[in-house]
Amino acid sequence: MTNNLSGPAGRILAGILLAAVATPAVAAGVVNVYTYRQPELIQPLLDAFTKETGIETRVIFADRGLEERIRAEGRNSPADVLLTVDINRLAAAKEAGVTQPLKDEAIEANVPAEYRDPDGEWFGLTRRGRVVYASKERVPENAITYEELADPKWKGRICTRSGQHVYNIALFSSMIAHHGADYTKNWLTGLKDNLAVKPAGSDRDQAKAIYAGQCDIALGNTYYVGLMMTNDKEPEQKEWAAAIKVIMPNANDRGTHVNISGMSLAKYAPNRDNAVKLMEFLASDEAQRIYAETNQEYPVEKGIPISDIVASFGDLKADSLPLAAIADHRQEASELVDDVGYDDGPSS
Amino acid sequence: MTAGNGPVGAEAGRGRMRAAAFRRTDLRPLAVAALVWAVMAVPLVALLAIAASAVGATWPHLLRSVLPGATVTTLLLMAGVGLLTAVTGVGTAWLVAVCRFPGRRALEWALVLPLAIPTYLVAFAYMEIFDYTGPVQGAVRALFGFHTAREYWFPEIRSLPGAIFAMSAVLYPYVYLTTRILFLMQSARVMEVARTLGATPWRLFLRIALPMARPAIAVGVSLALMETINDIGAVDFFGVRTLTFAVYHTWLNRADLAGAAQLALVLLLLVLLLIYAERSARGRQRFHAAFGGQEPAPTFVLEGWRAFGAAAACFVPVAIGFLMPAALLADYATRRMEQFLDPAILDAALHSVTLAAATAVATVLVAFALAYAARLSRLGAVGLFARLAATGYAVPGTVLAVGILIPMAALDNRIDAAARALFGVSTGLLVTGSGAAIVYACSVRFLAIAYGSLDAGFTKISRHLDMVARTFGRRPGRILAEIHLPLMRRAMTAAALLVFVDTMKELSATVLLRPFDFETLATLVYGAVARGAFEDAAPAALVIVAIGVLPLVLLLGSGLEGAAGSGRRSGDQADRSSGMSR
Repeated sequence: MTNNLSGPAGRILAGILLAAVATPAVAAGVVNVYTYRQPELIQPLLDAFTKETGIETRVIFADRGLEERIRAEGRNSPADVLLTVDINRLAAAKEAGVTQPLKDEAIEANVPAEYRDPDGEWFGLTRRGRVVYASKERVPENAITYEELADPKWKGRICTRSGQHVYNIALFSSMIAHHGADYTKNWLTGLKDNLAVKPAGSDRDQAKAIYAGQCDIALGNTYYVGLMMTNDKEPEQKEWAAAIKVIMPNANDRGTHVNISGMSLAKYAPNRDNAVKLMEFLASDEAQRIYAETNQEYPVEKGIPISDIVASFGDLKADSLPLAAIADHRQEASELVDDVGYDDGPSS
Repeated sequence: MTAGNGPVGAEAGRGRMRAAAFRRTDLRPLAVAALVWAVMAVPLVALLAIAASAVGATWPHLLRSVLPGATVTTLLLMAGVGLLTAVTGVGTAWLVAVCRFPGRRALEWALVLPLAIPTYLVAFAYMEIFDYTGPVQGAVRALFGFHTAREYWFPEIRSLPGAIFAMSAVLYPYVYLTTRILFLMQSARVMEVARTLGATPWRLFLRIALPMARPAIAVGVSLALMETINDIGAVDFFGVRTLTFAVYHTWLNRADLAGAAQLALVLLLLVLLLIYAERSARGRQRFHAAFGGQEPAPTFVLEGWRAFGAAAACFVPVAIGFLMPAALLADYATRRMEQFLDPAILDAALHSVTLAAATAVATVLVAFALAYAARLSRLGAVGLFARLAATGYAVPGTVLAVGILIPMAALDNRIDAAARALFGVSTGLLVTGSGAAIVYACSVRFLAIAYGSLDAGFTKISRHLDMVARTFGRRPGRILAEIHLPLMRRAMTAAALLVFVDTMKELSATVLLRPFDFETLATLVYGAVARGAFEDAAPAALVIVAIGVLPLVLLLGSGLEGAAGSGRRSGDQADRSSGMSR
């Protein structure tokens, strides 16, 4: 094993020569994870899994290109499990042909049908709402709809990150699924005209912009609010979070747009049995509790409690639109963002 | 080394050598150049194949809504960064090379430090510094009694000008490095003549020094621009929609790798134009070497406000490109001291250094082979192969990585199948499963830097030397060992150090091509950024900067030793030329 070679030179240079020993396609007691989820977020789960089963986990993290890597590696791909954020990427992995169907009763018992692929090629693990962050000071409203965001009364008052970011693309796809492309194009133009500044930065930066008074409402994921509120290292983020309130859009009609993180069994999984064990573990009560507590997410499994902070946002009524329908419109949504010049910001 | 400028009978000798070269054209350099090009072009060919796999499907959309805007934005960004790096790099290079003022010695090496800071870090730093919650706007509010962002106007850092500012802040040293050496080398005689004729320092700079330095400026600016074109981190932070941004969103949001590859080829076209422009600017370079005199370039001793102005003009780029971002990182790092004790960071540092060193050695060897082949052969095709091999710099990192994955994994699978058939043993993924693919990717990316450095170095070694040696019956192998390698030693060291620093900073290709559980300093930074917690990346980022500073100091130290100083400029033409490449 590479791990027995101490120096990095050993790893890289000798690794080239000894790769026959270094990366066996099948190794006992190992499961190989390719992940789009940040290693720090999944490491506690993987540690718990290793402790429980004795199976060692090995990880490659990247934020793009893992499907291409699995596809290029082909039959010799060491990937067993693919962890993904965002429904569109789960669907893309399935379309890329790098996953395989899995029928597993333990997983299906914990992951409700609306949060998994009908063919069993992906399973949701956690949910996050794409909600409205609103200034406590300047926004009296406590209810809002996504549709209203295009209302001219918000002119010059909205901030978002890039329209091409996966979380926004998923939201815009859901708008297409509900209202059609023409409506969504108009809506997106309206939303763009309401922007206070050019889209940039992360979801946290939008909260910061509200704190700074640059804008009054913003789009963001639920867990960022929890993470900002508990950020002891950078306490100024607590102030940003304190300046905003979370409004669950469309709470009074179809419900709030929800995205998921999830997992797939890789197509050529050399350690299939271990992979299935890991996937069962990630869908278990124990793992679901960890998501809720440490990452401020909504577990997919019913009956697992959410964190106190997330509970303080109010009840999440999730849009019942099937996730697969959202994935079907992602290309269209991405093209609309270009067509209306969303990322160019408000036309002055 | 002896035998500098025009030994006895050089004219006649040159005539004979030309005739000899004409009679039997040596095809070996061509073969070497073609082979190296073939190895380095594999990812680009893969990219072409991907681009050709689905032609035209997305182009109506791209042409309508993406390409015009993204091209204009990219060109504006390039124009801005090109102008700002040229002005900063040339201005500071002139001051430290030709003028004397207090603090010059320290500033001379400090000016190169910004190269140690990756563009994505400097972008983050300036977002923090100029954002509403940052110290600058905080001071503005405190001074004028404002309370919210709406009460006053402040330039938005997340913009095209912001990106130009931040990227130029760390990229100008490419121009500074190439131009400074040229100013140091510029013929004393030309300058003396100009001064005798009554030229003021300003006229000397504008009319003599600047036109003569044009090729060096072109080299430096084109390196800065290739880095600019390739960047995804900074443009993403600043919301600047460049072609590279379009490449990524076309690929990821529309699952259209072919369309992304086609856009990447548009980028490549831009780079080919850049290379062409650089070559045509450099075409006259031999002219300068021929003018080389024996005396050091004149210096202007500045006093009073002029001295203060010069020192300030050199200090500002150091402060903006290095001190402020480094101070910000250090501030965040002080709240995360425990990370420095984590073995993970040491492990990552070792990985980074090993990868960077392996890449530096590999890249310089490849670049040397190319540059040497181009020198030996008078066939235009050799130079063409060499230049084409160095275009990988402009391909967005992750796209380049995919271009490497596909052919390399195919190769791996072939080897594995053969090993299974022959020996019944599975070799697994030899190249893509180890760090080798990263070294390969970074070599493809940074070949342009090493090649530019070595090619310029070779240009400065008089061809008369080769001819004389040939006349005395030295075989090409011995000429290489006895003349070129010693003369090129410094150019090679300089190229290796630059590639080392750039590989330390490289992110996109490393992330996708790494083996299991393999972290470098850059991937540690990236992990934190991906969580939206850039602050947590500060310790690893600081270590990247610290490790990057060391080779840069070495780089300039060795250059100073050979080229600057007043009493040591009596070396012959050849020796001085070798310093030219840094």
